[in-house]
Amino acid sequence: MHPSLLLLADSRLPAGGHAHSGGLEPAVTAGTVTDIPSLTAFLRGRLATTGLVTAALAAAACALAVTATEPVEEDRLPGLPRAGGATGTGTPAEAATHRASDPPPSGTTTGTVNRATVTGDGGLAVAWEVLDAEADTRTPSPAQRRAARAQGRSLARVALRTWPSAALDVLARQGAHHPLVLGAATAAAGGGPRDAASIAAYGSVTGGASAGVRLLGLDPLGVNEALGGLAAAIDAVAAEAAGYAGRPWAELPAPSAPVLDLYAEAHAGADLRLFES
Amino acid sequence: MGAHFGHGADHHAATPPGGRALRLGIGGPVGSGKTALTAALCRVLRDELALAVVTNDIYTTEDADFLRREAVLSDDRITAVRTGACPHTAIRDDISANLDAVEALEQRHPGLDLVIVESGGDNLTALFSRGLADRQIFVLDVAGGDDVPRKGGLGVAAADLLVINKTDLAPLVGSDLELMASDAARVRDGKPVALTSLREAPGAPEVAAWVRRVVAGSREHAPA
Ligand SMILES: Nc1nc2c(ncn2[C@@H]2O[C@H](COP(=O)(O)OP(=O)(O)OP(=O)(O)O)[C@@H](O)[C@H]2O)c(=O)[nH]1
Ligand SMILES: [Mg+2]
Repeated sequence: MHPSLLLLADSRLPAGGHAHSGGLEPAVTAGTVTDIPSLTAFLRGRLATTGLVTAALAAAACALAVTATEPVEEDRLPGLPRAGGATGTGTPAEAATHRASDPPPSGTTTGTVNRATVTGDGGLAVAWEVLDAEADTRTPSPAQRRAARAQGRSLARVALRTWPSAALDVLARQGAHHPLVLGAATAAAGGGPRDAASIAAYGSVTGGASAGVRLLGLDPLGVNEALGGLAAAIDAVAAEAAGYAGRPWAELPAPSAPVLDLYAEAHAGADLRLFES
Repeated sequence: MGAHFGHGADHHAATPPGGRALRLGIGGPVGSGKTALTAALCRVLRDELALAVVTNDIYTTEDADFLRREAVLSDDRITAVRTGACPHTAIRDDISANLDAVEALEQRHPGLDLVIVESGGDNLTALFSRGLADRQIFVLDVAGGDDVPRKGGLGVAAADLLVINKTDLAPLVGSDLELMASDAARVRDGKPVALTSLREAPGAPEVAAWVRRVVAGSREHAPA
């Protein structure tokens, strides 16, 4: 992996991650996570749900950012409704509320996009809004949406400074979800969708792991050993997630962990908490 | 827009670009009087300067709540930031949450002159990043021991103003104020030190005067 991408994956990247526990603090408060085995189980669950969703979104965002800087082929942007297509136009909102498990809504073509939709006036911004809405529909907890947007804003700030790009500019202005910004930052730093998916999948477990060290006083060597044990699973999730990069956005995976959503909501209202989320 | 370095002798001058508010960091150990000093500055300066405050609470929103309860500023000028169990990270290594909070306040209240960022209570090595604070005050507590200035540390040595607070407690805890002041002067290379008692002089006049000078100076340097 290119050193620029290692910078993006580094937990010392000054992008606000240190103030988020990846959902771990409320799990510790609830007594669900108490030691390294329960932390490992928590991280596995998170990787399989949030990890897969964010990695797939990051890969799709990276593909969009890469494509948008090149001449656009008719079929390169899979998520957008076709403007003025034979079946009519699907609005971004329609596309956004479309659930992954649903059949494609009428008016949304699978796999094609009108070039003018993307390259024309404001078209690219619309494309990012549609993908951002896909992220919203896969993040049922309002607290987690706020956290994802706050972290997206912070990542956009540091990424724009280091790897300026038009896509990051748009996403910073839109206040987009973190995985979208991560995907665009990966593209700006010279990486592809598979890299973006790897960084996102990896990031979905490292935040919780370091929060476990801080909140429970867990042995950092033991926690690192646990992370090492998750490496193959992280890679498998990233590979699966990157596979969605060329497919219509409505088909992006949407597994969820309702308990994590409930924890996130309870945490946002808690009096005593160290982490933002 | 660019940073403006190298104005005269003030070799780390960080003059706010584009006429934005001056950002003042207030750091120091737990309980030394950071919130009390923030409240004092707000009370004394709010009629002459447009102010806002960001607090970095460690666990609760205690400091922000205190400032709101004391009504030193209207609620919408006070924002609390959470620091994930690492107060110095939030003011030094990864300042993004604080920058977000400061910029949101600046957007909500155009024309702010001064934004105070109060750090969570921390150790003697905590220092605000120059990316977050244009100037910083480090607050020590007399009751924390009169050997603290001698021990130095980044906060004591490098802050633009060192405040040695709670001088009213010196006779009770047997701290030698002159020793503290002279030890501090030795490691501070001529930068100012203020001895305060917020109990006896709740307006912190010496500190307020320093802040006025700093804000006025940053306006002079700001590009037209
Ligand atoms: N005797 C005396 N007490 C003071 C003085 N200044 C502050 N205090 C008291 O010291 C206590 C701590 O003050 P704070 O302002 O909350 O200290 P802080 O540095 O903000 O504390 P943290 O944010 O928790 O790190 C409070 O009870 C204040 O009333 C002073 O000059 N003299
Ligand atoms: Mg305080």
